[in-house]
Amino acid sequence: MSGAAAGTTGTDVVWNGRELPPGPDQDAVMKAITGEISGKGFIVGNLDNIVNWARTGSLWPMTFGLACCAVEMIHAYMPRYDLDRMGVIPRASPRQSDVMIVAGTLTNKMAPALRKLYDQMSEPRWVISMGSCANGGGYYHYSYSVVRGCDRIVPVDVYVPGCPPTAEALVYGIMQLQKKIRRTGTILRG
Amino acid sequence: MADTPDTAAAEAPVPAPLTPFEVLAAEAAALPRVLSSKVDVGEIEIRTDRDSLLGLMTVLKDDPRFAFEQVMDICGVDWPANPERFEVVYNLLSVSLNHRIRVIVTTDGVAPVPSVSHLWAVATWWEREAWDLFGIPFSGQPDLRRILTDYGFVGHPMRKDFPLTGYTEVRYDEERKQVVYEPVKLVQDFRRFDFISPWEGMTNLPGDEKAHREG
Repeated sequence: MSGAAAGTTGTDVVWNGRELPPGPDQDAVMKAITGEISGKGFIVGNLDNIVNWARTGSLWPMTFGLACCAVEMIHAYMPRYDLDRMGVIPRASPRQSDVMIVAGTLTNKMAPALRKLYDQMSEPRWVISMGSCANGGGYYHYSYSVVRGCDRIVPVDVYVPGCPPTAEALVYGIMQLQKKIRRTGTILRG
Repeated sequence: MADTPDTAAAEAPVPAPLTPFEVLAAEAAALPRVLSSKVDVGEIEIRTDRDSLLGLMTVLKDDPRFAFEQVMDICGVDWPANPERFEVVYNLLSVSLNHRIRVIVTTDGVAPVPSVSHLWAVATWWEREAWDLFGIPFSGQPDLRRILTDYGFVGHPMRKDFPLTGYTEVRYDEERKQVVYEPVKLVQDFRRFDFISPWEGMTNLPGDEKAHREG
């Protein structure tokens, strides 16, 4: 939507991919949107921008806590880091999930189950690999029973390093995934 | 004063009464069918053989002097140099009397160890674990399946002659649309990362001179 409200500087309405810092410019945009809604009851936008906004604003993760990384993932959900404020709400069902967070050591025995859950997720879907073990086997790289990286089983979008990564690191990984969705997201299947 | 008989008797060392722990150690060592016993770092350990195991365990569980109601742990140990390479270690706990004991039997991996699962039901899981990881068979165990390793796993991974990386690895096959098993193929060689780490290589770290300074 092009900034249409009279009196503004003609600024394009800013989507969450292009943040404006607080200030007169941001105030002008907010005023324009408020005027649009109060005047007409609707606003107009590009469909792909709206789709991206919806996807990045409600990334529901399939929680896959396999080891100690799950504890850090739980910290990220708890009030201090509060992933809820970013629309990240853990789901217990792959059918309702957009992103799978593989948090922990993926063993050979668990690998078929992980792939099955990934296959049950509806598209579009993303995968965050959290921690050394999920990234490449980590401490258990040479073990007889551990998959040397969950990217041998599912395609991974974001790798979060650490052993375990801090909750902040996971939140940063989720924000990187949002950035990726904004850059590549489309209503067409990629 | 020195020649009175009372004083001489008082100076003789009086043996301290046995503690409950020492009583338990002596009673356990005196049990029939115990091959050897010792007390090490405050823990009682007795050894027996496979044929005597069930009788000994029944006594340890039912005798009110011992009353070991729980088996905390049954584990295997692999000593490849020993004539009977495997040890099976039972750690028992008495909740009512607050004491513990360790019982050890040996096996060669072919001769089965009698199962104690009818004494302690939880022993089934421990025996399945010992069977899974060490290949120690237990006779009389009604449910001797693998418990930890992958479905269809071959071998007993905690044996000393089992290679660290095993024999198979998994990956998702895009064409067959399933997770497939393949012979293990390590893309990255085994590496030791820390041969110059400050914990192994360097013996005089920067700042150590402050700790060893005179005065």
